[in-house]
Order: sequence, then C-alpha cells, then structure tokens
Amino acid sequence: MLQLTGEWLLQRGIPSIQPLLEQLSDYRSLHFNTQSMGHWDSSLTAFLLQLQRYCLANGVSVNYQGLPSGVQRLLTLAMTTHQRDDPNLNTAPGSLLNQVGESTLNLWYDAPQTLRFIGGSAVALANTVRGRAHFRREDIGLLLQDAGPRALPIVSLISFLVGMILAYMGASQLALFGAEIYIADLVGIGMVREVGALMTAIIIAGRTGASYAAEIGTMQVNEEIDALRTLGISPIEYLVLPRLITLIIMVPLLTLYADLVGILAGMMVAVTAFNISVFEYYVQTLHIMDINHILVGLSKALVYGICIAIAGCLRGIQCGRSAAAVGQATTSAVVTSIIYVVVSASVMTVLYQKLGI
Amino acid sequence: MGIYVEQSPHIQVRHLSTSYGEHIVQQDLNFSVQRGDIFIIMGGSGCGKTTLLRHLIGLKRPLQGEVVINNINFTDAAAEQQRQIKRSMGVLFQSGALFSSMTLAENIALPLKEHTTLSDGEMSDLIAYKLALVGLAGCEELYPAEISGGMQKRAGLARAMALDPEILFFDEPSAGLDPLNSRRLDELILELRENLGTTIVIVSHELASILAIGNNGIFLDAESKTMIASGGPAYLKQHSSDKRVRAFLNRGGD
Repeated sequence: MLQLTGEWLLQRGIPSIQPLLEQLSDYRSLHFNTQSMGHWDSSLTAFLLQLQRYCLANGVSVNYQGLPSGVQRLLTLAMTTHQRDDPNLNTAPGSLLNQVGESTLNLWYDAPQTLRFIGGSAVALANTVRGRAHFRREDIGLLLQDAGPRALPIVSLISFLVGMILAYMGASQLALFGAEIYIADLVGIGMVREVGALMTAIIIAGRTGASYAAEIGTMQVNEEIDALRTLGISPIEYLVLPRLITLIIMVPLLTLYADLVGILAGMMVAVTAFNISVFEYYVQTLHIMDINHILVGLSKALVYGICIAIAGCLRGIQCGRSAAAVGQATTSAVVTSIIYVVVSASVMTVLYQKLGI
Repeated sequence: MGIYVEQSPHIQVRHLSTSYGEHIVQQDLNFSVQRGDIFIIMGGSGCGKTTLLRHLIGLKRPLQGEVVINNINFTDAAAEQQRQIKRSMGVLFQSGALFSSMTLAENIALPLKEHTTLSDGEMSDLIAYKLALVGLAGCEELYPAEISGGMQKRAGLARAMALDPEILFFDEPSAGLDPLNSRRLDELILELRENLGTTIVIVSHELASILAIGNNGIFLDAESKTMIASGGPAYLKQHSSDKRVRAFLNRGGD
C-alpha cells in the first residue's frame, strides 16, 4: 500500500523516486491510497509514470483502483504507444566513428553539387553576355546599392586601421635603417596588391555573402525556390546571377576605395609620427605605383567577389527547410567564402610571384 | 453509331519510385489522371504525399519509373520540352510560396513575363482579373507579409492560375485555413474544373474537402511504401476492401 498525501503541484517540484524504489524491491504488488491527497497536476502523473515503468520492468503488479479516476485515465493514455509516423526516422547521432564517416561522405557528396552549381552559374553568366538570361533588372540596382555604397563606412574604417597598422609595423623596422620614406612603398604595394582586396573580401563575405545565404535560404524554407522552378524559371539565373554580377562589379570597386583609404592612413602615420612630408610621401607612392600592381589587386578582388557570391548563394540554395537551417546556411556561407577567398589568395599570390607580375 | 474520341489520360504515372534524401518513400506507383479529374493523393502524415507531388511537378527526379503528361514523357524530356510542360502546370504550395520581396501584382506578373509577350497594360488587366477571381480585388500593391495566411494562399492560387494552366496542383490547400475559407477554396476548385476543364491534383488529408470534391484518387501507405487503394474517395469510404483506407476516410470509425 502506497500512501500519497498532500498537494502534488508542479511549482513544488517532482519528488525523487529513488528512495521509494529502494523500499519497493521487497514487494510484489502495489496499491494506492489517496484519501488524504489534495490537488494534483502533471507532477503526480509524471511521478506515477516513472513508478509504473519500474513496476513493469520488475514484475511488480500495480492496482490503480485507489487513484483518482482522472489520474488513471491519463496514465492509460500515456502508456498507449503511438505508432511512429516514419519508422525510418532515426535522429540519434551515431558513434564518433559513425559521425566522422558521415561527415566525410557529406563532403564527398557536396563536391559534385558545388561543381554543378559553379557550372550552372558560368552558363548563366554566359547567357547574360549573350543577352538571354532572365532576371529583373531592378533587382540588380538594389543589390548593387546594398553591396556597394552601404558597405562604405565599414570598408573605410577597416582599411584605414589596416593601413595604419601596416605603416606602423613597417616603419618601426625601417627606422632601424633610417629608411622611413619606404613606408610609402610598403603601404602602397601592400594595400594595392594584397591587403586592400583581402580585407574588402572578408568584410563583404561577412556582410553581403551572409545576407545572400540568409535571404535565399529563407526563400528555400518558404518554398519560393520551388515555386520559381515550377514557373520554369531557373533559380540560378534569377537569384544567383544578379548577385554574382553585383559582386563582380562591387568588390573590385570597393577594393580600389579601400586601397586609397589605406594609403591615406599610411600617409597620416608617416606624416605625424615619422616626420615625412605629405609631398614626399605622395611622390614616393606615385613613383612605386605601377598599373600592374593595381591590376593584380583588382584581379584578386574579382576572384574574391566570385568566390563570395558562389559560396553565399550555394549555401542558401542548399539550405534545409527550417529556421535553424537558415542559421547554419549563413554560418556555413561565411566560413566557406572565407576559405575560398584565402585559398584563392594564396594560389594567386604564388602564381603572380612565379610569373613575375 | 457514335464517334468515339479516345481520350488518353492527362497524367500517367508508371512504376514510379519516389525518394526523400536517400531513403525510398514510395515504390512502384501506377496510376493515371484523366482530363478534368479532381484527383486526390490521400494518406496519413509522413507517407510521402508531398514528395510524390514534387516528383509529379518535376522538382525531383524519380529513382525509377516515369511521369507522362499529355503523352509526353516528362521525366526524360529535354529541357525545352520540360519547360513547355511546366508552362501548362500551375502549383499552389502549402505556404503559398509567394515571393516575399515582390508585391502581389509582381508575383503574378512573373510567370506572365517569363512565358508571354503581353504588354504592361494587358498584363495589369490580367492580374486584376486573376486577383478578383480569388477574392483579392484591389490588393495588387500589397506585399505578402501584409496579408493574412489565407489571403496569401489565395494569392498563390492566383499566381498558379496566371497562365491558365491545364493542370493545377495543390499541396494541402486547406492547411491553415478556417472552415469557411477552406470551403470557399473547394468551391473555387470546382468552378475551375467546371468552367475551364482544368485537371486538378490535390494532396490532402482534410477529410471534408477530400470527400466533397474528389472524384478520383489514390491512397498511399507509409508502411507498405506503396499505394494501397485507388478510386473516388467517396466510393473508397464505403467500399474499399482495405481496412486502413476505410478507417482513414471514416476518421477511425468503420
């Protein structure tokens, strides 16, 4: 006989069942007495359900007669096993080995998908050049505005600070040889060839690439991408292409701007901290600046723009159908674009060095 | 003696196996939809109704088998031919799937621009007409986020009907609609069939509307992974030899 007394309310918590189970091991059957029990809610049924599971497992027979009829009915309902909707649904993560295998396989399956996507984008781009692609011209305008002018403040800030850092770092070394005037060379070539494009790319990856993934991912959740397909419109042409064109235009332009700001920051450091006149710095910069350097920087910016657009849109299109999936798509877009950018940066730097450009 | 015009089925599905990700959802499906049918794809939750629909409208390639529309093999058709077939289909997705960055008018204009050479004036006349048809006259300039779920669904239908499709697909049309709106949608579907001869394929588990409008259909089962009955829902309700089908159509009571 188990005596249940007092109020059983959730705000008082659910009593632990362990002490009871220890006493219970001597009994073969269980009855309830609830004469002096007050109000009850789910805390009671949750407690009893645990008890019932234990009794079933240990062959203790339970007589429910003593319980309030409401509790009896709820317990019966809770013990009725419902048929699972999908017997194949297996949500439990496997062992570590299993997970490693699955991730590797995913990587393997992801590769052809990525290649197909890049191929599709290239074909779409070719169609645009031939004037046959379908997308809304007004979309491009909005996208350009969002990726370009709206990014100016953050690009200014970052490239200014990076220009300053470059100048300080270089100057303290160059000062050892009394060669402070070469700050201009260091900052100028550094910004124009490498850092300007790289910093711009990283900003755009975090800003615009992420927003592309989130936007297209949400469209995927909302079945808008399916709707496009059923209307006979290719999502690659309609969604990816305008974004690709936008970044092909905007990343190089922003890079030029970032170069300029970085050089100005270098000049500021040189003038204020190292006693170089504005004119000297200007002449020195002009002297070393070669159209090749600028073209190298712009070509990198172009490749970065393509990388970011592809990564952002790809992750958006691959997005699953839930809010969490949009978050993952966004994260993955930023990570993927930064990887693409940095890998292509190293490849191009080595390549240009070998070619002697 | 009469003149017999032999009508081939509008949609024919042969030995179709559908998949979701890597696992097979349904296999060896065989059925045909006649012109002017209101064809219901029935079955419990998770049995693969929507997946089948996605195969029918060409969003997914079947693992096996083929979908034949108007005697043309849709599954293996060339890209241009697939585009032609898609032009003759309209799809209303479960959520409406309106393009959220566009107004209702722009949403409906998109398929028109893609597949016709109408002038802007003609297009806006047509858009006004389609919106009026679904009871949304005057809502051209609203964005999807500004209207209720039921209105979004109706606007989605207006977009699906933009090109006067021969076949209209509906994914759970009554989901999220109140009983009155759900009934109005059923009536609209019947009107479309009566007046335009549109073939209609509906995925649904909404009993009232299944029984009210469906004249043909199939019943999918999750466990046996195939169709376990075919025929008009009202007929199946009374006479199906399969207990699961009768239980479903009678809400468990037999």
